Amino acid sequence: MTTAIGVEAVGIGKHFGSFHALSDVSLKVRPGSVHGLLGENGAGKSTLVKCLLGYYRTDEGQFIVDGREASIERPADADALGLGMVYQHFTLVPSMTVAENLVMSRQNVPNIVNWRSEIAGLKRFMETMPFKVPLEVQVGSLAAGERQKTEIVKQLYLQRRFLVLDEPTSVLTPPEATEMLGLVRDLAHSGALTIVIITHKLKEVAAFVDEVTVLRRGRMAGSGSVRDLGPADLTAMMIGEPHAPKNPERQGIPSAEARLVVSGLRTAPDAGRKGLSIGSIEVHAREIVGIAGVSGNGQKDLVEVLGGQRPAESGSVTVDGAPYRASRTESLAHDVRVLPEEPLRNGCVPSMTVVDNLNLRGFDVGPGKSHRSWLDRAGMAARARNMIAAYGIRTPSPSAPIGVLSGGNVQRCVLARELDGDVRLLIVANPCFGLDVKAVAETRTRIMAARNAGTAVLLISEDLDEILELADRIVVMHEGQVVHEMPAKGADPQEIGRHMLGQH
Amino acid sequence: MSTTTLAPAVSNPPARVADVWYPLRRSAEAVLVPLAALAGAVGLFSVFLLALGQSPLDFLDLVWRGAFGSWFSVQNTVQRASPLLLTALCVAIPGQLGLVIIGGEAAIVLGGLAATVAALPLIHTAPVIVWAAMAIAGSAMGAFWIGLSGWLRAKLNVNEVIASLVLSYIGLALFNHFVEGVLRDPASLNKPSTYGIGDQNMLDTVPWLDVHPGMPAGIAACIVCWVLIYRTGFGFASRVTGGNIRAAQLQGLPVTKLILTACAIGGGCAGLAGAIEVAAEYGRANASLNAGYGYTGILIAFLARFNPLAVMPMAILLGGLGAAGGLLQRRMGLPDATIQVLQGLIFVSILASDTLYGRFRWFQPRGTA
Ligand SMILES: Nc1ncnc2c1ncn2[C@@H]1O[C@H](COP(=O)(O)OP(=O)(O)OP(=O)(O)O)[C@@H](O)[C@H]1O
Ligand SMILES: [Mg+2]
Repeated sequence: MTTAIGVEAVGIGKHFGSFHALSDVSLKVRPGSVHGLLGENGAGKSTLVKCLLGYYRTDEGQFIVDGREASIERPADADALGLGMVYQHFTLVPSMTVAENLVMSRQNVPNIVNWRSEIAGLKRFMETMPFKVPLEVQVGSLAAGERQKTEIVKQLYLQRRFLVLDEPTSVLTPPEATEMLGLVRDLAHSGALTIVIITHKLKEVAAFVDEVTVLRRGRMAGSGSVRDLGPADLTAMMIGEPHAPKNPERQGIPSAEARLVVSGLRTAPDAGRKGLSIGSIEVHAREIVGIAGVSGNGQKDLVEVLGGQRPAESGSVTVDGAPYRASRTESLAHDVRVLPEEPLRNGCVPSMTVVDNLNLRGFDVGPGKSHRSWLDRAGMAARARNMIAAYGIRTPSPSAPIGVLSGGNVQRCVLARELDGDVRLLIVANPCFGLDVKAVAETRTRIMAARNAGTAVLLISEDLDEILELADRIVVMHEGQVVHEMPAKGADPQEIGRHMLGQH
Repeated sequence: MSTTTLAPAVSNPPARVADVWYPLRRSAEAVLVPLAALAGAVGLFSVFLLALGQSPLDFLDLVWRGAFGSWFSVQNTVQRASPLLLTALCVAIPGQLGLVIIGGEAAIVLGGLAATVAALPLIHTAPVIVWAAMAIAGSAMGAFWIGLSGWLRAKLNVNEVIASLVLSYIGLALFNHFVEGVLRDPASLNKPSTYGIGDQNMLDTVPWLDVHPGMPAGIAACIVCWVLIYRTGFGFASRVTGGNIRAAQLQGLPVTKLILTACAIGGGCAGLAGAIEVAAEYGRANASLNAGYGYTGILIAFLARFNPLAVMPMAILLGGLGAAGGLLQRRMGLPDATIQVLQGLIFVSILASDTLYGRFRWFQPRGTA
């Protein structure tokens, strides 16, 4: 059993060029506590913990680890001190299995690995874990939620004494999140480990966090004990206003016109997991169909098929009655937009600029959907400026590579691009992944506004609350199949949860 | 810790100042990093020379004189740089899509051969007709040959490095087979060659400047390719595909078509280089075409980080090194392969310099957000 250590940051400053990501930030984390690090998108939360973990060099200030001043120059230093982190972006090697990833992440890997005994050991270790991850499956084929769990399991496996979780629950279902957070809180309170959680979810803060520090625009906006702070205080510290904007209002009823029809869709099994086998899903105009399910039950495959990233073995997808294969012509003709999960990996070109990435939909489209062969660079820059303003994207420069933006800001970029203009069919996976409270409300309002204006929306989300709030109809997926369908009004979360787990 | 501290609310967030100089600094980074890599390679090479008991300063002096010291050496440099401009594009254009095509050597020799074959029935018509036929045949042949690698990649998912390498061997073998077989001019005794296209059909040097006629063609091709990549939808789509294929698929970009087009354009450039070499230098297709331009083109494309405009100075540089080779051999008694050692060192340090990008703060985006 490890013992928890405390960490203190004093007067931390960090800048990228003349852009100050952090100025004079101080933080005190008691050993054995769960500390929340809060703040809006781009506030500098990830930057602060990356400094602590040796991923970035700080420009000012120092860290005190376990009562001693620590010079953390590189990740190995942090590692030696027992500091660990689950990053917002995944760090597992996709082409290796879960077991290989776990074993290889250890400091003392023997030159010749006895896999049989390692796997036996891992299985015993996994017994003690609150959630299971398949050991012998390639990480690349895991869905985001499963990968997130694997990342956490990996850190526990490495016996950290201080663990940072950067938005760990974004892709977990609420029961999973509760379970996971309960587990880490108990670990912390038992004195085995100190936890810092970066999160945008105030409910989690209220239930699992002892103390918080709030950042705003790279500076301290406040700190204190959660017992003394109400949600309004926290929201005020985070976004400068006591209340997040109201939830969006649903107007009008779904039309009879089926815009997206998926029928008899099958895909090949992939890396030991079943392929899709969907009887039928229909999405009507002015309707949001929410797909609920534990992550890894085929939602990712479905989005990939609809987005043209995965071939279907059989079955048909039609939009407005016409066959749809996700070519550029078809998606333009029917105004189909897709917001995939993990937008940086699936929907952006990290090395290209923010302007370029915001124009991936429209760079070859002229007035009246005509084809454009020459780039309209002035027009692209103007459109990007509008989106940056409308979606509050924080970027050092429109011509910065999109890869340097904070997680929430990448998400905003993809949202801006996919929601811009007329949309007739919108396919969104976890649209609020990584967004701050204000942006979550804005995004849900935008999706609802699109629906009210007649867009057909297929919402794939691992956040059941989000589905219950937005959807007109709920479809539950389990092991690649549609196992249940019901109107969202009056739906019982308990019942949905049972279907999600395959208990019908 | 039970006290609650609340910092004063930020009343007026600072206005956002866009970092207007960032694109310029980014270009500066793209120029300075390869230059630093070059300097590093020259440093390593100096150590190598010292070990051989030679003076690096003498070496640099000779390279300068051999490459640019006199009008004659400049002409020599340009003559070598001209085909390099085009063979580098054969790597740089598919490179936009993330493909590494190393089969340019076959495209240049087969392009030269096809151009000669196209010219032979026309030699008694007008030279302009002959040149047009040669240019078309040469580029079409090159486009086809590199296009094959692209097709294997796009349709059958064969690694394009392997495909283009193997196709390169096959292409060279085919070339030898034809030149030494059915197409051979029996009069060519020592060096098997095809029939000649006739002196009246040879390309002259560029008027006024008196340099290799491939120079204007190569420069024009570089500029056209730069425009294609950075100013057209095709180029944008190619860069998206090269940057992240999943994003390209999500946007419904026709990845197969893009790959085939880019490979055909690149191969067309290399094939054109072969046609120009035949029309300007040899007058017939023979083993002289197989001079390693295709391989040096790979080095240039990497030095230029696949930017067609940057290909121009890099081609001059490598052309100059080649031109100085003879002088070095005579004056310093260095073996011919010395230049290849230097080229190898440059290649390795260019690849290693990739890790320098993003390391220097000065080049990074700034601004108060
Ligand atoms: N390598 C970098 N180069 C330039 N700017 C950067 C870099 N990394 C981060 N930034 C900038 O620093 C700011 C803070 O980013 P950070 O990732 O810490 O935000 P965050 O609080 O974690 O936000 P989110 O909730 O969206 O994850 C952002 O505006 C981002 O653009
Ligand atoms: Mg972050």
